[in-house]
Amino acid sequence: MKSTKAGKPASKSQLLDFYERMLLVREAENKLSSLFADGEVPGFIHLSIGQEAVCVGVTAALEKQDTLASNHRGHGHALSKGVELESFFLEIMGKEEGICGGRGGSMHVADMSVGMLGANGIVGAGIPLAIGSALAHQVRKNDAIAVVFFGDGALAEGVLHESFNLAALWKLPVLFVCENNGWSEFSPANLQFVANVRDLAKAFDIPSQCVDGNEILDVHKAAEELTAAARRGDGPQLLECITHRVRGHFEGDPQKYRTEEEMTSLSEHDPITKFEKLVATKRITKKEMQSVRDKINQKISNAVDAGRGGSDPDFERARTDVYTAGEGL
Amino acid sequence: MAEVRYAKAINMALDEALSEDPSVVLFGEDVAQAGGPFGVTRGLLDKHGELRVRDTPISEATIVGAAVGAAMSGLKPVVEIMFMDFVAISMDALVNQAAKARFMFGGQCTVPMVLRTPHGGGVNAGPQHSQCLEAWFAHIPGLKVVVPSNPSDANKLLKAAIADPDPVIFIENKAMYSLKGEMSETEEDVAIGKARIARSGTDVTIVSYGAAVNTALAAAKTLAQSNIEAEVIDLRSIQPWDEAAVLESLSRTHRLVILHEAVTSFGVGAEIAARMADIGFDELDAPIVRVGAPFMPVPFAKSLESQYLPNTDKVIAAVEQVLA
Repeated sequence: MKSTKAGKPASKSQLLDFYERMLLVREAENKLSSLFADGEVPGFIHLSIGQEAVCVGVTAALEKQDTLASNHRGHGHALSKGVELESFFLEIMGKEEGICGGRGGSMHVADMSVGMLGANGIVGAGIPLAIGSALAHQVRKNDAIAVVFFGDGALAEGVLHESFNLAALWKLPVLFVCENNGWSEFSPANLQFVANVRDLAKAFDIPSQCVDGNEILDVHKAAEELTAAARRGDGPQLLECITHRVRGHFEGDPQKYRTEEEMTSLSEHDPITKFEKLVATKRITKKEMQSVRDKINQKISNAVDAGRGGSDPDFERARTDVYTAGEGL
Repeated sequence: MAEVRYAKAINMALDEALSEDPSVVLFGEDVAQAGGPFGVTRGLLDKHGELRVRDTPISEATIVGAAVGAAMSGLKPVVEIMFMDFVAISMDALVNQAAKARFMFGGQCTVPMVLRTPHGGGVNAGPQHSQCLEAWFAHIPGLKVVVPSNPSDANKLLKAAIADPDPVIFIENKAMYSLKGEMSETEEDVAIGKARIARSGTDVTIVSYGAAVNTALAAAKTLAQSNIEAEVIDLRSIQPWDEAAVLESLSRTHRLVILHEAVTSFGVGAEIAARMADIGFDELDAPIVRVGAPFMPVPFAKSLESQYLPNTDKVIAAVEQVLA
C-alpha cells in the first residue's frame, strides 16, 4: 500500500486501511491464542496483542522491495508486511503447505517474496541481519531500505551496539524500530537496561524519534519521516515506540510478575479501541467499521479452515532439503 | 605451471570472484586498507573499490550476522574472521541463522556466504589464536566446511565456495600462508565434497585435511624408506566429506590412520572412524588409529607447542601400530 506524504492528514481510505490491518493482526492472534489453548498450534507462540499500531504504522511507510527482519513476537510484522494469511496459519499449525513447509513455525515465519526475512528465535539476532540486508540495498543501489523490529529486551544484546556503530559508519539505509513494551520477557525493562535507546543512538549520531506506539497516526507519521531519511541516503534512523504487551512473554505465561493495577490499565492503551474512538469523529460510519470487522473475521475463518485442511510435512522432503543440492554427511 | 604462495592463491580467487560477479562483496577486520592481517586481501580495495571491499570494526558477531542478511538479500558476501578462535563470538549468526535459514524457511532462500578464517598452531600464538575448531561446524546441519591443503586447491575450492549457494566455512592455515605450490591448470574436478589421493599407496590409508596432509605426506616419504607404502587421502572438505573415497582406499589397504591437528577427542577423526567401523568393518585388518592433538588448550611456549602438535613421528608410530 502506498501511504500519504508525511504531515498530511490521513484520508478516509487510509484510515480504513489502518483499521483493517490492525484488526487483521489482532484477530489472527486472538485466533492463534484459542487454537493454542485447544492444542491445534504446537510449541511456543509469543503474541503482540496491544502492539498492533507499531507494526501497521511502520510497514504502511514501506515499499514492497524493502526488507524486514523481525523477532520472536513477529506475527504482526509478518502479516503487515504482506505474508499471505492462509500460508501463515498453515505454517503456525505445522503444515506442509505453510509458508515455510512447517519447518519453522511461529518463531520463524518468513516470506522472501514480500521481503520478510523472518521472525527470529534469538533475541537481537535480527538486528545484524537487517544490517546485512541494508548493505545489500546499498551495494545494489536499488533504493530499498531495511527495517528491523526489536523489543526493549534486545537493548542489552551486544549485536545492537555493534550494529548501531556499523550502520552509522557505513551510512546504511536501515530503520531500527524499538518496540518498548516495558517487559524484557519476565522482568521489567528498567531492571535490565540502565540507558535508553535514543541516548544510545545519539552516541552514534543516529537520528531518532520516540512516539506513543499505541497511536497509529503518530507511529506512521514518524515512520514516514524516518524511512524517507533512510531512503534518501541520510543513514540509519531509530524509532522508539512506547507500547504495552497485553499477553505474557509466551502464550500460557500467567504473568504473576505483573500487578493487577497494570493489567487492568492495559485496556486504556489499546491501540484499536483508541483508533475506533478517533475515527468515530471522522467521516467513517459504524456500518463501514462493522463491514471491515466482518471481512477480517471471514478471512481468519477461511485461513483457519485452510490450516486445518493442511497436511503433515513429509519427513524425507525436509531431511533432504538442508542443503541446496542433497544431503550433508 | 607457476608456483604461487597459499596466501596469493586465495587472493587470486577473491580477485577473480569480485571481477566476475558484481554481487560478491568482501568485508572483515583490516581486509581493505591494510590488505588483511596476513596480506591475503592485498590490492583488492584498490582494484574493486570501497563499495564492495570494506573494513569493519572489531565486531565479529555483527560481521557474520550482516553476511547472513546480505546473503539473504542478493549478495554473495565473503567475510574474514582474523583467527578461527574469534568465531566463538559469531556463533549465533553461523549456527542459528546461516545454517538454518534455508531449511527453516522451507527452501525460500539460500545463504550464499563464505566465512574465511585461519586455524592452526605452530606459530606460538597461544591458546586463543591457534585452535582448530572445524568439528564445531561440521556438526551443524546446513554448514559446509572446506579445508584446503595447498595453494592450488585453496584457489579452486574458494571459487567453488563462493559459487556455492549454501554457507561455507573456508578454513585456511596461518602457518601455510607462505607455502609455495604449483597452480594446477587442469580442469580437474575440485568440487566441495570430493577428496583427492595425494599419494598412492597399498599398505595403509592415512586420511587427513588441511595442513596436516603435508605432515602425512612427509611421514609417507619416510615410511617408504622402510618399504611401507602409505596412501594419503586429502579430504579437501569435511562437511560434506568423501566417505566413498575413504572406503575405496580402505578396501585396498585394509588399514586406516586418521590425522588432524585438532584435538582428537570428539573430533572429525572420530566421525570418520565411526563411519568406517560401520560401513568398512569387513575391510579392516586392524583397529583404526587417530592422530591429533591431546585434550588440552594449545600451549604457547615452543617446547610445549612442539610436543602438543601432531608431527611425522606420531603419524609413523600410528602407521606402525596398525601394521603390527
